[in-house]
Amino acid sequence: MKQEEDFDANLAGEDGEAAETKVSWFKRAKRGILTSTKDKKDAPEGLWAKCPNCKYTCTISELQENKFVCPKCEYHHRIGSDEYFDILFDEGKFTELFANIKSKDFLHFVDLKPYDKRLEETYAKTDIHDSITVAHGKVNGEDLVVACMDFEFIGGSLGSVMGEKISRACDYCIGHKVPFMIINKSGGARMMESAFSLMQLAKTSGKLTQLSEAKVPYISLCTDPTFGGTTASFAMLGDVICGEPGALIGFAGPRVIKETIKRDLPEGFQRSEFLLEHGFLDFIINRKELKDKLSNLLVLFRS
Amino acid sequence: MPQLKNRQFLDFEKPIKDLYDQIEQLKLSQEKNKKIDMSSTIEGLEKTIIETKQQLTETLTPWQRVQLSRHPDRPYTLKYIEKMCTNFIELHGDRNVRDDKAMVGGFAQLGDETVMIIGQQKGNNTKTRQMRNFGMANPEGYRKALRLMKLAEKFNKPIITLIDTPGAYPGLEAEERGQGEAIARNIYEMISLKVPVICVIIGEGASGGALGIGVGDKVVMLENTWYTVISPESCSSILWRTWDKKETAAEQLRLTGTDMLQFGLVDDVIPEPMGGAHWDYDGAANILKNYLIPAIQELKQKTPEQRVEERISKFGKMGFWDEA
Ligand SMILES: [Zn+2]
Repeated sequence: MKQEEDFDANLAGEDGEAAETKVSWFKRAKRGILTSTKDKKDAPEGLWAKCPNCKYTCTISELQENKFVCPKCEYHHRIGSDEYFDILFDEGKFTELFANIKSKDFLHFVDLKPYDKRLEETYAKTDIHDSITVAHGKVNGEDLVVACMDFEFIGGSLGSVMGEKISRACDYCIGHKVPFMIINKSGGARMMESAFSLMQLAKTSGKLTQLSEAKVPYISLCTDPTFGGTTASFAMLGDVICGEPGALIGFAGPRVIKETIKRDLPEGFQRSEFLLEHGFLDFIINRKELKDKLSNLLVLFRS
Repeated sequence: MPQLKNRQFLDFEKPIKDLYDQIEQLKLSQEKNKKIDMSSTIEGLEKTIIETKQQLTETLTPWQRVQLSRHPDRPYTLKYIEKMCTNFIELHGDRNVRDDKAMVGGFAQLGDETVMIIGQQKGNNTKTRQMRNFGMANPEGYRKALRLMKLAEKFNKPIITLIDTPGAYPGLEAEERGQGEAIARNIYEMISLKVPVICVIIGEGASGGALGIGVGDKVVMLENTWYTVISPESCSSILWRTWDKKETAAEQLRLTGTDMLQFGLVDDVIPEPMGGAHWDYDGAANILKNYLIPAIQELKQKTPEQRVEERISKFGKMGFWDEA
């Protein structure tokens, strides 16, 4: 298990913090770790969560009420696609798209574990379809297609399935004239798909040019963490690019950079606030205001 | 090409070095004693060298290909330009931050055609290696490349990119200036360039750093190069948690030209002179030139719209998945 965590953290090029967000809150609930019912998505009373930033302890339901933002210090806990869809879509209602596309071990890649075994285990462990889930729903009445990554699925890694789902989502948005949003949360490329994963950068870019030509708005939200292939493609290609507070966003991971330049990195390096300051984000959005600001933006695009 | 005495040899090239050394010895003794004729022995050895090189080429492991792609005597971008083109005028700078010396480019004449030719550049001694930052471009390098590509598009000149990089530079300032954004922008813009674009991996094709100038109508690899999402060393360190599995990683990644061609991720593999491009710069450049000239002509037969559409659909097909 420790190895797995290292692996995911490594993908993000960072050392710690990943552990607390390994498994999405609802998923934990669903699998009985938190004991809850899937349909209502209510976090059970009496279970407590500790903020990794300020150590403030509150109940899971209090945290959920607060969109998984620490009530004391505004720390944004890492959450998954289920939680984002629940936060964004009206009454939590949406239609999932392209759920039938699943990862495949085409290269028969074997590292410490065969890739197909890793996939099998991940599918069994997470009950999510892949490192990205696409859904169509309404945000304060405004139609939106959201492609949201799940870090717990092999570090939100960018592989063929992510590329294909984003491509199809673009086609869908062009066809239905619905704005598109990607919620990025990825450590980078899925190495077990080798060059195929790299080519997803070109593949999705091609689709984004078509989306752009069709004048369909595309919004990119960068959450913690957004690295590697995602940053070197669609995450940085939004008509509007925004970030969650404190999210680590970059091309190379902080550890790699540290090893390269052989000195410590400045405080706040590669955080959302740093990217905003250097001109790479349009704005930073607190998760509690995400839905309203997003629908306001969609109205501005539409009217 | 370096003089024989200045040549560097990889471990597995040692048999070749030994043969050359033997010839040297024979030539020396020949000079001392003019009476004995060694020319037939030397000729025999020279033949053996060719055979050894040939045998070596046929049995290369993926890791050895990676090593060859990094051979210190290997020709780099400016060498290919010098040997293939005439009237090269280098154009500098991204018009914003500075001139990135890890990325070079400019107009040149290739055959009868004016082309824009762009590529990463490595150095061949300690000083120039540092100046070229080991072929690792910063964002301004990618932005310079894009500026030159847009210039070529404006004047309807075909674009050739020569890719040879261990990766985009993972530095502090690189991040401050948006390394990810720069590469993303290049990929995005390249896919809809109106002019013919041919990308050639001439050495190392590492990840986003390579793809940042690697989106074209034709993407081809020289024989002794590699192209994938991560270097075998980094892959080893992440997936195997040790630096010692680079050979295994190189095998697992399927990063050679043969693999990439089989997967449909590149369009052609271009042969190199016997033993590798580092044995014959003129030969290597000539083979490439003879590939590029007709390839440009072929691409020019299509309309810009056709080329862009085919480019998008070619990359659009890449990937594998199950569909339940
Ligand atoms: Zn807190």
